[in-house]
Amino acid sequence: MSGIASSFRPGRKALIGYVTVGYPDIKTTPEIAAVLAARGCDIIELGIPFSDPLADGATIQKASFTALQNGTTPDVCLEAAAGIRKKLDVPLAFMTYYNPVLNYGPEAFCRSCREAGINGLIVPDLPPEEGAELETITAGNDIDLIYLLAPTSTADRIAAVAARSRGFIYLVSLTGVTGARDTLPADLESFVRRVREKAGQPLCVGFGVATPEQAGRVAAIADGVIVGSRLLQLIDEDATLARLGTFVASLRRALDAPPIRQEAN
Amino acid sequence: MARPDARGYFGAYGGRFVPETLMPALAELETVYAAAMADTDFTGEFARLCRDYIGRPTPLYPARQLSAKIGGAAILLKREDLAHTGAHKINNALGQGLLARRMGKTRIIAETGAGQHGVAVATVCAMLGLECIIYMGSEDIRRQAPNVNRIKLMGAEVRPVESGSRTLKDAINEAIRDWVSNVGDTHYLLGSVVGPHPYPVIVRDFQAIIGREAREQVLEKYGRLPDYLVACVGGGSNSIGLFHPFYDDKDVKFIGVEAAGKGLDTPEHSATLVAGRAGVLHGTKSYLLEDESGQIRETHSIAPGLDYPGVGPEHSFYKDSGRATYTAVTDAQALEGFKLLCDTEGIIPALEPSHAIYHAAQLAKRLSEEKLIIVNLSGRGDKDLEIVTRALGMQP
Repeated sequence: MSGIASSFRPGRKALIGYVTVGYPDIKTTPEIAAVLAARGCDIIELGIPFSDPLADGATIQKASFTALQNGTTPDVCLEAAAGIRKKLDVPLAFMTYYNPVLNYGPEAFCRSCREAGINGLIVPDLPPEEGAELETITAGNDIDLIYLLAPTSTADRIAAVAARSRGFIYLVSLTGVTGARDTLPADLESFVRRVREKAGQPLCVGFGVATPEQAGRVAAIADGVIVGSRLLQLIDEDATLARLGTFVASLRRALDAPPIRQEAN
Repeated sequence: MARPDARGYFGAYGGRFVPETLMPALAELETVYAAAMADTDFTGEFARLCRDYIGRPTPLYPARQLSAKIGGAAILLKREDLAHTGAHKINNALGQGLLARRMGKTRIIAETGAGQHGVAVATVCAMLGLECIIYMGSEDIRRQAPNVNRIKLMGAEVRPVESGSRTLKDAINEAIRDWVSNVGDTHYLLGSVVGPHPYPVIVRDFQAIIGREAREQVLEKYGRLPDYLVACVGGGSNSIGLFHPFYDDKDVKFIGVEAAGKGLDTPEHSATLVAGRAGVLHGTKSYLLEDESGQIRETHSIAPGLDYPGVGPEHSFYKDSGRATYTAVTDAQALEGFKLLCDTEGIIPALEPSHAIYHAAQLAKRLSEEKLIIVNLSGRGDKDLEIVTRALGMQP
């Protein structure tokens, strides 16, 4: 069983926290990871910043920009991951765009990922049509290449991702970019159901999930919840990371509570 | 001429590197586009509006005074500056506007650098009654104020983009984010032969009218094909539009002229094909300008329409296969080209094709008088007067 797959256990919903490496600075990243793990995250997604993050909203754009100003190259991210791996058992996934991977060389990048203790890779601008090469290379390095599906995905695309995504499938909750939202989309449940009919992998929902209440509702229909932009905002608001820790713990409680009946929208 | 392959690849370049949310929309666009091009009602309306609205065919003008001054080969100017709105961008804007209407999309978004594409899209949307939003980097809004006002006058909204270098690259990022969020009712009217498949094909096909006309015109007037085609390359739409219909005419040489900015030995240039390497930007695999860790570099050119770190995948294919050669011209040399055409022909070119004019003049000097060079004069220079007067130290 891969590191990622081991995070999904019967009776427990997975909490996945995303942070951009190098934000607010490089030395804080391992401290943030430690808080996420201690307060209940099952997987930590580490964002390798890219200059042109076209799937991201304002919060992650700003974090990526700051991280790049701080000199956060892929090598710096690999070092940070290796440091975190020495202290924590939690599965780690990198999230980045395809160009930094291509520039590094996909073989060399995945080898370095394995050495650093990375378990999964998420590349939002790499659909399965373009992913064959990276699938082979990640598989050879015991890394799960995790594909994404969106509410706009057609039945044949869902089937293709169900056949090829490893570790879990990342369900983009809404038709849009990353970023905290006030409400969950009304069609989320039917979207999850459409994927569930075709896919055996765990299904994790991200984009726009920003409160324990939303996380609880997502957990009632999916296997995991991904929270990113809201974590970065809390890191911004409180550099001691106390508010981040409290918030992650509240997400954990929401996921561990008995499922609430979905209210009609 | 069967390029690209079914996955949208020209050799090693092209493809579809976009968020999953957009993949179905790109597939739909590909299907609708193929059906439209096979429908004579659609192609007939495009042809009619090219004639009656854009004013096509644009002339192929022998620049005799220019040739008299510099000597050597004859230079013919394909006068896209005389098209409605003053640049070649209108050809693609019209074609995609008609396509959007056919798809039932009511909202159009677009990016613009120099503002020429933004003006063309706003123009077509006004004519077709479509809502229009133009993303433009705040740096470009400052540099190209006349075009911003033209866009607004035609009822479109200009949304300033403050991220990154605040130029064309960032405007494209923001337009893609808008499209990801509103893909149901929105068509992204991309302005160059870049982006995910099928955009490089669609934009090329609508711009290929430039090369088809030029080919007919040169055969009619001179009874033979030209020796060289010269055009500037930013994203590469005016150059592909001129080159593509001559692809199988193996004796016709293609030269793409990129922006060397303040010099290729400085970081301040936009010479993607001359100085870049392969990567993925804005949904396509092609040459690009990046730093040692794969971050896209900030670029510079005096010509806002060339100030872009990527280039169309078909150009990358032409470069690797040797079908075209690419060179670069500095800001200062482009200004020389600009003045040369003003002085000799009474034509004020845009700064973008001024790069091509400079290179064509250098090339002509080395060739005999029987040789023919066609230069794509892709746009007129009214929009650039402020930049030029400042650069030349003229009193306002």
